[in-house]
Amino acid sequence: MSGPFAIEVNQLRKTYGKEQLVAVDDVSFHVNKGELFGLIGPDGAGKTSIFRMLSTLLLPEKGTATVDGYDVVADYKQIRETIGYMPGKFSLYPDLTIEENLRFFATVFGTTIAQNYHLIEDIYVQIEPFKNRRAGKLSGGMKQKLALCCALIHKPTVLFLDEPTTGVDPVSRKEFWEMLKRLKEQNITILVSTPYMDEAALCDRIALIQNGKILSINTPQNMIEQYPERLFAIKADQMYKLIKALREYPEVMDCYAFGEYAHVSFKGALQEIKLKAYLETKGLVQIEIKPAAPTIEDYFIKLLKN
Amino acid sequence: MEQFINFVKKEFAHVWRDKKTLLILFGMPVIQILIFGFALTNEVKNSEIIVLDQAKDQASQQIIGRIAASRYFHIQSSVMNKEKIEEAFKQGKIKMAIVFPAGFNETLLHQGKAQIQILADASDPNTASMLTNYVSSIIQDYLNSIDKTAVIPYSIVPEVRMLYNPQLKGAPNFVPGVMALVLMLVCVMMTAISIVKEKETGTMEVLLVSPFSPLLVILSKAVPYLILSLINVASILLLSIYVLDLPVNGSIVLLFAESTLFIITCLSLGIFISVKTDSQQMAMLISLMGMFLPTVLFSGFMFPIENMPYPLQLISNLVPAKWFYIIVKSIMIKGVGFSAIWKETLILGSITVVLLAVSLKSFKIRLA
Repeated sequence: MSGPFAIEVNQLRKTYGKEQLVAVDDVSFHVNKGELFGLIGPDGAGKTSIFRMLSTLLLPEKGTATVDGYDVVADYKQIRETIGYMPGKFSLYPDLTIEENLRFFATVFGTTIAQNYHLIEDIYVQIEPFKNRRAGKLSGGMKQKLALCCALIHKPTVLFLDEPTTGVDPVSRKEFWEMLKRLKEQNITILVSTPYMDEAALCDRIALIQNGKILSINTPQNMIEQYPERLFAIKADQMYKLIKALREYPEVMDCYAFGEYAHVSFKGALQEIKLKAYLETKGLVQIEIKPAAPTIEDYFIKLLKN
Repeated sequence: MEQFINFVKKEFAHVWRDKKTLLILFGMPVIQILIFGFALTNEVKNSEIIVLDQAKDQASQQIIGRIAASRYFHIQSSVMNKEKIEEAFKQGKIKMAIVFPAGFNETLLHQGKAQIQILADASDPNTASMLTNYVSSIIQDYLNSIDKTAVIPYSIVPEVRMLYNPQLKGAPNFVPGVMALVLMLVCVMMTAISIVKEKETGTMEVLLVSPFSPLLVILSKAVPYLILSLINVASILLLSIYVLDLPVNGSIVLLFAESTLFIITCLSLGIFISVKTDSQQMAMLISLMGMFLPTVLFSGFMFPIENMPYPLQLISNLVPAKWFYIIVKSIMIKGVGFSAIWKETLILGSITVVLLAVSLKSFKIRLA
């Protein structure tokens, strides 16, 4: 009885409190079956509210949403049977061991570890040596792996991961995303949220979200290709002075710090010699100008500016 | 069902692994009973009394001898007139006075029935009733010893007069009170905290997004505390029987049944608090201020309800601990059966049903 999409969201809206603070503002999107879909946005953009509405934990104020063809309000029981959900906060029992946590969640979902071990095997072997350690004593990365195992143990058709890599070290983050890729091969639909732009490129499609509104939905590749201007990375000995000087330069359209470089786009074609000379009159040295490939973050900043 | 059992097992693991809480759970009732018990036995041992023996015959001397031998009493002096007794009471020198009428032995032997007057300072009602009970049992003891040779059973009627507080208002017996307190604390606070903890750590979110019924989540949280509380009831009773020499006069089974009812009342309250709060501190504060205080104030354990202004008396009717306190006191001390306390049981049961219904109904299947 499932429709064409794993997740379908229509004009979803949610406000909080008496002040009617808008957390989710008429959001619509869909996720195909077996897709790895990312909700990308800064803290407070409304990602968690969307996750909670889709996982039947919050009632939407307006609009409809279905997961696996089930309505999130009317058919919440069916949805709870089929989905896997990993909240943003560490959500396991710190006083139970790894194995006990996993076994507990398996029984809660009416299954056993043995039954779906193949699903979690790749991940679980990494933490299995510590299976008698209490979950509260695990490192951030191991905690996330265990939480993922617990969310997967009942073979969900749709997996909701709310900021699974926040507060996790870069190596573990990378491993975590490799696991998601492998899960996708098992035909599990994954909706993941993250504030990290570099992770966005690893999704099949992403929705950029800010202040409860979706700004754009596309594949990461298309987003980068859609970037309208040519982008340059410029470096000098003093970053703050450089950005200030660039913003005063009439030809500059956009300029912002991006790591150790300033990302700059120009209204016309760049006249490198002229710009360099200008910057030198401002007292900057060791000037380096090179073309830069736009990233999702550049695209996001561009969207926010408009 | 297997899910449920597993859930309960998990709850037990939480309790066992939290050593500090465990210590409080089982240490608290023991310590409370011992503290109250110690304070109590200290008061009753070696109480100063006066004997006015107008008979000076065999029977009176034998009874006086038995009283003097008891570790509860210390006979200060023997006086010859009643005015001296009143004086001693007013000066606070004595807790009790015993008066034998003239011709005591004769009356007892010929009429088979004699009287003794026992006067007690009931401004401290607890001690007064304890002392008169001791004297009564000593007299009973004496009668048993002379009865063996008698044709008709003799009887001595102690004419007890409680001075200064004749109705023995609020004569507290602390064991039922401590029982109500401990159960209130353990059940309300611990259940509330253990549920709110799941909310705080975010595990409640995961549990809600599972096929496991939210109702069962709550029930499986309550089961361990029900069992732990019954263990507490047992330990309190054991202490009171073997350490404090305070036997249970009524049916133990009935006592445990009534305790279970009260525990369920407390668990419902705990669930209700957990539904309404989001942090452990909040749950703890509400449990302490909102539940613990009314229990101390309105159960009749510390402060006699009859002495309260009428509006407060009305409020006290809503406090489940009051009814439980009455029930336990009746079973433990008066030794009555169910027929004597069905009314209180019915009230307590009704409160429980209402609380349970409200708390289960207000339990949310979603986050907000």
